Amino acid sequence: MVIDATRMKNLGDRFAEGEVRGRSLWADARRRFFRNKAAVGGLVMLALITLLALFGDSLAQWSNEEIDFDVMGQAAQVGQPSIGNGHYFGTDDLGRDLYSRTLQGTRISLMVGIVGSLIAVIVGTLYGAVSGYVGGRTDQILMRTVDILLAVPFMFVVILLLVMFGRSLFMLFFGIGLMSWLNMARIVRGQTLSLKHKEYVEAAQATGVPTFTIILRHIVPNLVGIVAVYATLLVPEMILIESFISFLGLGVQEPLTSLGALISEGARTIYYGTTWQLLWPLAFFVATLFSFFFIGDGLRDALDPKDR
Amino acid sequence: MINYILKRLAVAVPTLLLLIIISFLLMHAAPGGPFTQERQLPAAVLANLEAKYGLDQPLWRQLLSYVWGIVAHFDFGPSFIYKDRTVNEIIAQGFPVTLTYGTVSFVIAILVGVSLGIAAAIRHNTWLDYLAVGVSIGAQVLPNFVMAPLLLLTFTWWLRWLPGGGWEHGRWEYMVMPVIALSTSYMASIARLTRASMLEVLTSNHIRTARAKGLPERKVILRHALKPALLPVLSYLGPAFVAMVTGSVVVDFFFSTGGIGRSFVDSALNRDYAVMLGITILVGALTIFFNLVVDILYGWIDPKIRY
Amino acid sequence: MALLEITDLSVAFDTQEGVVNAVNGVTLALDRGRTLGIVGESGSGKSQIAFSVMGLLAKNGRATGSVRFDGREILNARPAVINPIRAQKIAMVFQDPMTSLNPYMRISDQMAEVLVHHKGIGKSEAVAEAVRMLDAVKIPDAAGRIRLYPHEFSGGMRQRVMIAMSLLCRPDLLIADEPTTALDVTVQAQIMTLLGELQRDFGMATVLITHDLGVIAGFCEEVLVLYGGQVMETSPTDPLFESPAHPYTRGLLAAIPRVDQEGEELDAIPGSPPNMTRAPKGCPFAPRCAFAGEDCLDHLAPLSEFSPGRFRACNRSLEEIA
Repeated sequence: MVIDATRMKNLGDRFAEGEVRGRSLWADARRRFFRNKAAVGGLVMLALITLLALFGDSLAQWSNEEIDFDVMGQAAQVGQPSIGNGHYFGTDDLGRDLYSRTLQGTRISLMVGIVGSLIAVIVGTLYGAVSGYVGGRTDQILMRTVDILLAVPFMFVVILLLVMFGRSLFMLFFGIGLMSWLNMARIVRGQTLSLKHKEYVEAAQATGVPTFTIILRHIVPNLVGIVAVYATLLVPEMILIESFISFLGLGVQEPLTSLGALISEGARTIYYGTTWQLLWPLAFFVATLFSFFFIGDGLRDALDPKDR
Repeated sequence: MINYILKRLAVAVPTLLLLIIISFLLMHAAPGGPFTQERQLPAAVLANLEAKYGLDQPLWRQLLSYVWGIVAHFDFGPSFIYKDRTVNEIIAQGFPVTLTYGTVSFVIAILVGVSLGIAAAIRHNTWLDYLAVGVSIGAQVLPNFVMAPLLLLTFTWWLRWLPGGGWEHGRWEYMVMPVIALSTSYMASIARLTRASMLEVLTSNHIRTARAKGLPERKVILRHALKPALLPVLSYLGPAFVAMVTGSVVVDFFFSTGGIGRSFVDSALNRDYAVMLGITILVGALTIFFNLVVDILYGWIDPKIRY
Repeated sequence: MALLEITDLSVAFDTQEGVVNAVNGVTLALDRGRTLGIVGESGSGKSQIAFSVMGLLAKNGRATGSVRFDGREILNARPAVINPIRAQKIAMVFQDPMTSLNPYMRISDQMAEVLVHHKGIGKSEAVAEAVRMLDAVKIPDAAGRIRLYPHEFSGGMRQRVMIAMSLLCRPDLLIADEPTTALDVTVQAQIMTLLGELQRDFGMATVLITHDLGVIAGFCEEVLVLYGGQVMETSPTDPLFESPAHPYTRGLLAAIPRVDQEGEELDAIPGSPPNMTRAPKGCPFAPRCAFAGEDCLDHLAPLSEFSPGRFRACNRSLEEIA
């Protein structure tokens, strides 16, 4: 025998100290994620925005509905941002406090983004996992349906829905949720197809575990990575869609508002010289989108490291 | 290849029919008909009106004649609001305008986006790459309804270089701002997609083989890397096209170009279901047609898909 | 003068995990028409040596030292210098025939472009030559199948195409990087037989990179054993198999299943391959070596000739490891 296994092992152990230990995939990913400056920046930014959106109202001196009659009608002259009169971000044309309204809009936009993305996660994951796992004719029918739905100009349908059934937060979520899950379903199906032939799934099948249990126990947990990344990247997309609907005046109703509604209002009144009406909501909007974008990107790179 | 095209067509046609049927039914599921709001019409007048528009027929008959009208005569029926105008006339007025600036924006977005993406990938980790990535990330989050007023402010109010609106049969100075407003964010997306996919392809094994053949880098990229790098871009073109048609709503609003977006918003506000339905179906048909073209291109590039 | 002379070649990669020292000071020489096998386990840096020669290192890789081909320095050479050498003088066959051919191009185009580019001949003439070469690698009905795409061939056939493509310009040196690893066992044997025949017929010098000592035995005149990016032993093939002079080589040989010795258990080398992010200090094999002492962690004796044509790098003398 050439090699003394025991001595080898001891030496090896000594060498292994402080070197690569068997880290789990997730621990590894977390380490990489927190080394990514853009991703961490996005996370911090998002945390700040969320905190401000949730608790910033306590700093406000005006509510989002209140009208400051001193400013009303002459926002361009006296409505600019000032600490003195309590309008930190200035006011809009009606004399409403832009600070409160921006926070309020941020809450709605975040909510729309997250709910839209959640619908995609739940519906899309289940749909895609079932389609990919069951396969055969079911798969064909389910995926053909997705193909057809993807061909529908959804923005137009959402507008149709909002016009016909009236504007409401529910209808907005419903409309956005209607389109958000389609691509998720496709991605999840693809992933499921490749998981399906893994040994542990085949082992479960061989021991007679019911199909739905296999999907929930073995397939779905292994989809978490890809779904998390996609869902994070979906949030800014949803916020953009909502902003477009708001631009059309079909979004949430006053006194509620969203960042999209505030921006389009600001964009329309920019000729009056009230630039702050555009810039404040736009800053929050861009910061929020960037945050999600960088977090999603960072997550993806962390889970799928490649030296580029 | 012909088989493949026929197969794609066999999917596209039923999709289109389904789209028409779903939109039609959706419209009729809406609470209240087109004539049931605002002022109350006398019962007799209402009955006359409904007879005129065929609304007294059973639903399946209405659907059948509607579908037949579109398929056989390309006729979307009369407008519910403008008594003397058909949906076709309304569409015929706005559609060419939208198609013109839409196509120009689309082509520019693809050309500039793809070139920028390739340049950034080839010059990976240089200032050009960083600039391209920075600009495209920024441009992606600037919605066109922010771009549009900013453009107006700059080029019309400050610099006074360009007219603030109108169409004038598509003279170039009227087209500049709509095209920039419409194409910028898609250009950015296409550039990012192209860059990422080109970087991926450039590390693949068959590119290494091409380099081992002693080909100059330019040939390696044009002959070997370009096609596979463009596949993901190709599948993005469908959604991008739809989004641009949708963006017509914004362009028409800010630049008074009078495209189809204007008609859609007007009809939505007036509850002119016939026009809304017509435009939705038209855009859907365009989407389906476009996806068909993309599919065929896909099959042309990737020999594995053709079967 | 040797055809290929590699002197003190090192390759390092900058990665997120730190600098990976894939190759550390490798020196070797190969004469015209000779065959050399480079053997080592995955991660031993054997492919990176080939990539350095061809100028195909990944972007984050840095190569230092010297690679002379026909007396000319080609390490890190400009495209204008290396491109005419690639395929014309040095050709390479890659590990994975599934992905190494361009899936979006017909075989005819992929093969013809080599000749069109280097020889400046017309497309149809190039295709005709490509068909002849496909015949030479024994692809049945080559003329009919050259218009197909790679995915329409089996793995073994694809590797034949790769080999035919690499030989189009009659190179002086062929580098085959694990040409049979991705293939079925029966196909592996066919490909190795084919390579052997072609080597005899064309007479090009050949470097065969593999982790499989068995493949080396039937093909190469000389062997270079690589571990952790360093040369452990280099020797003519037969003496190496008869009396391996390095503990690692012995471990490798003991791990080969043999039909002529019944009932004996295979001896795997304990431990796992080294972590290449550490500094290249001491003997890379020391942690797994039964004969290693404290000195082995610190330094490694340079390669020295212990019998004519045979070199080894080990702190222990031949008697000590006997």
